[in-house]
Amino acid sequence: MTETPSSALPLKNNEQYTLNFGPQHPAAHGVLRLVLELDGEVIERADPHIGFLHRGTEKLIEHKTYTQAIPYFDRLDYVSPMCQEHAFALAVEKLLGISAPLRAQYIRVLFSEITRILNHILNVTTFALDVGAMTPFLWGFEEREILLGFYERVSGARFHANYFRPGGVSLDLPKGLLEDILDFVKKFPKFLEDTENVLTENRIFKGRTVDIGCINGTDALQWGFSGPNLRASGVPWDLRKSQPYDVYESMIFDVPIGEKGDCYDRYLVRMEEMRQSLRIIDQCVQEMPEGPVMVENHKITPPKRADMKVDMASMIQHFKLYSEGYHVLPGETYTVVEAPKGEFGVFLISDGTNKPYRCKIRAPGFAALQATNFLSKGHMIADLTAIIGSLDIVFGEIDR
Amino acid sequence: MDSKNSQYQTLLASLQENWGQNILESSFEKEELSVRVTAESLLSSVVFLKENPNCLCQCLMDIAGVDYPERERRFDVVYQFLSLKHNLRVRLKVGVFENEIVPSLTEFYPSANWWEREVWDLYGVPFGGHPDLRRILTDYGFENHPLRKDFPLTGFLEVRYDEVQKRVVYEPVKLDQAYRDFDFLSPWEGPLAQASAERELK
Repeated sequence: MTETPSSALPLKNNEQYTLNFGPQHPAAHGVLRLVLELDGEVIERADPHIGFLHRGTEKLIEHKTYTQAIPYFDRLDYVSPMCQEHAFALAVEKLLGISAPLRAQYIRVLFSEITRILNHILNVTTFALDVGAMTPFLWGFEEREILLGFYERVSGARFHANYFRPGGVSLDLPKGLLEDILDFVKKFPKFLEDTENVLTENRIFKGRTVDIGCINGTDALQWGFSGPNLRASGVPWDLRKSQPYDVYESMIFDVPIGEKGDCYDRYLVRMEEMRQSLRIIDQCVQEMPEGPVMVENHKITPPKRADMKVDMASMIQHFKLYSEGYHVLPGETYTVVEAPKGEFGVFLISDGTNKPYRCKIRAPGFAALQATNFLSKGHMIADLTAIIGSLDIVFGEIDR
Repeated sequence: MDSKNSQYQTLLASLQENWGQNILESSFEKEELSVRVTAESLLSSVVFLKENPNCLCQCLMDIAGVDYPERERRFDVVYQFLSLKHNLRVRLKVGVFENEIVPSLTEFYPSANWWEREVWDLYGVPFGGHPDLRRILTDYGFENHPLRKDFPLTGFLEVRYDEVQKRVVYEPVKLDQAYRDFDFLSPWEGPLAQASAERELK
């Protein structure tokens, strides 16, 4: 595959050897390269090499205006794009001292939860695929197709939506979308039931996941875990509950937690989270208020296209906004959201110009992957794919 | 929210009381607590944050580097701590000279390992006592530290597969058109001018 790594150890005896896993391996969920030190089939040390998908996102953001930075967030964790836009939008809003109108907040929460289901479907089904069950994968992608259809109807793009903006969302919902989402909420539990029938009590699935890659709550916190990975270890910590943003405060939902923190618990937590997301989506649709979806300050948000035809000031504002962009007051913030994979944070430093001075992205998968060595020590090499699959790793956000 | 604010005020007061001599500056803005400490006192500050009953920050959520080329202490290393027990976040900052060694936190927080490697890789801030300080995000054999402000956006080397030599080759970057960094910044618009005008009025 690639040239021999410098860290490869000379053979100690016939049983011990070093194995290169990836970076082009279907079970690595992207471009992960692992240098494994094995004793027979037992893993003694796993050394992940990352960075094969490093695109210098943080550097690029420093050279772009605030508006131009948002599309980069879609491309970080490309399985859950809108949640990441959410973090950046909230960070910029915090520095600007504005908050989105109520309808926009509801739309954001609605689409954050759609994104969560989108992400968990992919993770749970590919995880099942890694340990040998192919069918849920085929079912899951049909459901994902419906959800991506919702993405397309609000933003025009199936993946790289660029929909959440500082100050609200770029466009209002099209007619009939809420009814279709409600229809999806009614039909989706069938998929969850089918998947659980195939997996939850499946002897092979349980054999591959129960007691594999255990991590207790204290260790999980020490390793910087967050999101479903942390909750599977029995720590009831969810930023939507503990540090609520937008309208999460008024949403009624439960936070599922696991017991042992093994691969099976992580799977169960994600399945239940999808059910809870459905509850939140249902509440958002029922309570969706009328009103604007963007703040009316046209120094920050674009004016209406119709106004631009008759109003000189709107024309100028539009031109200024898409060339110079807007200035953000000097300051810094570390803003977090509960992304499907865990705590997604943006540490934003503004120097008062139209471009961020520094934008550090805290990716939840980075911390999770870091613990691979801890989780896989003493397990068989076949368990490694189960561990990596259950951690929900996407390289777009880890390598940035 | 008010109870949250008073909680932060209590924490800040107890910080100042217990290691006030190490705190260079502290701020509480936008409901975020930020404390700058001296590099020498970093480890004792971290121990305090981890063990003081008012903080109990079990989680280190992030480490970020920041480059200020015009400053004498050129780099900032910024740590984000989280306390689940009190639902608090504390931001700890350390200013360091170029090539100054920062003590590693891997002993207290295993999660610091990769983040410190990242700061080393992207900014070139060395961490003392780190078990495995290798590059992490950039290419094998990469030189320089790409997130420093004096590193060009397009970089120095480009990579391609050479059909003749049958291998990947590294060459200096050749662009038909150089990257154009448009300066749209107008000096009289936006909240910046507004804020400075307000400051003058005061």
